[in-house]
Amino acid sequence: MGNAVRYLGQGIAYALFAVVVGYFATSPPYRYLGPDEGLLRLSFKHPGKVKADCRRRTPEELARLQPQFRTEMDCPRERSPVRVRVELDERLLYDDVFPPAGLSRDGASSGYRRLPIGAGTHTLRVQVNDDVRVAGFNFERAARVDVKPGQVVLIDFNPEQGGVIIR
Amino acid sequence: MQTRPILAANDALGRAPARGAAARAFRAAERALDRAFGPEANPLRQLGALAFHLFWIVAATGAYLYVFFDTSLAGAYESVEALTAGQWWAGGVMRSVHRYASDAFVLVMLVHLARELAHGRFRGFRWFSWLSGVPLLWLAVAAGVTGYWLVWDELALFLAVATAEWFGWLPGFGAALVRNFLFAEAVSDRFFSLVVFLHIGVPLMLLLGMWVHIQRITRPQTRPEPALGWGTLATLVILSLVRPAVSGAPADLAAAPESVPLDWFYLAGFPLVYEWSPGALWIASGAGTLLLAMLPWLALARRPPAARVDLAQCNGCGRCFADCPYGAVVMAPRTDGKPHGTQALVLPDLCASCGICVGACPSSTPFRRAETLTTGIDLPQLPIGELRARLDDALARLSGEAKVVVFGCDCAADVRSLAGPGVAALSLPCAGMAPPAFLEYALRGGADGVLVTGCPPHDCEYRFGARWTAERLAGGREPRLRANVPQERLCVRWAAAEDLAALGHELAGLRATLALAPAEAGVAPARLRREPETGNG
Ligand code: HEM
Ligand code: SF4
Ligand code: SF4
Repeated sequence: MGNAVRYLGQGIAYALFAVVVGYFATSPPYRYLGPDEGLLRLSFKHPGKVKADCRRRTPEELARLQPQFRTEMDCPRERSPVRVRVELDERLLYDDVFPPAGLSRDGASSGYRRLPIGAGTHTLRVQVNDDVRVAGFNFERAARVDVKPGQVVLIDFNPEQGGVIIR
Repeated sequence: MQTRPILAANDALGRAPARGAAARAFRAAERALDRAFGPEANPLRQLGALAFHLFWIVAATGAYLYVFFDTSLAGAYESVEALTAGQWWAGGVMRSVHRYASDAFVLVMLVHLARELAHGRFRGFRWFSWLSGVPLLWLAVAAGVTGYWLVWDELALFLAVATAEWFGWLPGFGAALVRNFLFAEAVSDRFFSLVVFLHIGVPLMLLLGMWVHIQRITRPQTRPEPALGWGTLATLVILSLVRPAVSGAPADLAAAPESVPLDWFYLAGFPLVYEWSPGALWIASGAGTLLLAMLPWLALARRPPAARVDLAQCNGCGRCFADCPYGAVVMAPRTDGKPHGTQALVLPDLCASCGICVGACPSSTPFRRAETLTTGIDLPQLPIGELRARLDDALARLSGEAKVVVFGCDCAADVRSLAGPGVAALSLPCAGMAPPAFLEYALRGGADGVLVTGCPPHDCEYRFGARWTAERLAGGREPRLRANVPQERLCVRWAAAEDLAALGHELAGLRATLALAPAEAGVAPARLRREPETGNG
């Protein structure tokens, strides 16, 4: 084969290589949301209330314990799971229970949910229960949110900052 | 007289390389590129070396970028922008080459994997090369993803969140992991220090993995042929000038971009976090990795027995050690008290049973009177004595003029189809198994000429079969073909499986030349050797 043909062949091979590398380095784009969508995110990390109150041990119980464990108060460490219920425009989105972490269930509950929602004005209602001894919900917030395309609406929960946070 | 059919040595073991549809497609592409680049600079024949080359380009450009990169949350994005726009002619090109060379690295790696897979080069003795290649896939992706984080644009944020969502599925991490990227106060300079650390540390681990990967290969080719190396670099620079790498909008924690420009070489898995689910992606990628890693053991193929050393014939010269393409021979202290110092030792697990060591051993000479010929290192399935017996037999049956013995290879053009009254064909596991003395023996034993063939040098199933054979015959490597062997009676013509017709022409040409100049009748060594056996049917 003539040299010209050889170099042409090499040129084609290099060009093909460059096109494949150059194209797939950025394309096609990944469509993450629809053109008229925003993103609703729920994310929290919160330790629920302990399941049961501390209790004074009876003298008989104390006697049965090994000496180094003989503390007067018996404080169970297990925490309540955290239940979160979210309504968007009066439609139920989630009603989920997030168990506490840890082998003895004494850690924080954490949860994460993501959901694309249509842009526009919505009413959002979030209810939280972090205490098994309370029926229903002990925290609640409702808000009107104006979602622009590509905007993130974040639901968080932190009792020290007033409970349910929507932003 | 006992008849010994001339068969390919390893027929029964199914040793011929894979020739499925994928293998044929790769071979067609390889042969097409042979014509454009020449076999020695064919990119498909040095993908591993190309990957190494690209790694070094990435490392060098990365070092430049590191000098200008600001490892703080506030400064990262700006510093990358300054490189891209402020000094497009240097920093911008460096950045683009850094990205495109990284992409090319993955591309080359995947084609390398696909090629080894298509050619069936993952089984048997190649298990180590295969298995040690698998973690490189993960390390390469991890290195690339951490690089995209550093830019801290919308893509980086998308990746950070998606990574956290993906890892959040794992028990040890938990759903709270993603919180690190949802709140401005959570993303800190410390995060950037961590990412910089990862983006340097993971590639170093990748390099270590690459080093391990080639440990069981003798003389691994880690540098591409220079023209190919420069051509690749030039292509990447041109691509960088035509289409510079740029950042997206700065990361904004309150925004979720409708679409992100994905680098599919590194980030193709991320959409699956959402299209499937984090758990499904873990299961699929975990199962895929496991399957890939176990492939050498899933493909049940009988392995031919490993080469064996016969200490009585081994003088510790080390030629087999030097020629073995897979480091399957080591030189060990002598165990039989002989004064040679060392002896050859075969590591059976690494042995390809190619026989290249047999062709290297000085004891592999047929000009010996021993009734059963043995050599220092031998293949149990085709011992050197058996080879000589087959050759004797073939020589005895040659008739007519221009008698030729063809030494071929099971992996290349099938020489058995060339056999006829005036042509004897011996197919060996690899052309490199034929000791040069055997060619001389054939010429002295009645053949007018010898044709040596096998896979072309850059296409050799056992890497060095053709190269060592050519060097031995040209006198540049031990064991050398003796200088008094008439060169005009010897023809070396490499021929891949597809080149059978061309090989046939070569043979016809050789025979035409030989017919004009018949060999003077010499003393047939075969008869010499049989003298002591008189009276013994
Ligand atoms: C980072 C990416 C990689 C690099 C830089 C690399 C490099 C190399 C090099 C330099 C060789 C030796 C070639 C020679 O001199 O004959 C080789 C051989 C090999 N590689 Fe890779 N490799 C990579 C990834 C992989 C992967 C992902 C796999 C498969 C899972 C793989 C499977 C193999 C096999 C089976 C061989 C042996 C070929 C033979 O025995 O003929 N490699 N590689
Ligand atoms: S048969 Fe091949 S792989 Fe095995 S020891 Fe000999 S040269 Fe090495
Ligand atoms: S080539 Fe033969 S003699 Fe030399 S070390 Fe190997 S087995 Fe021994």
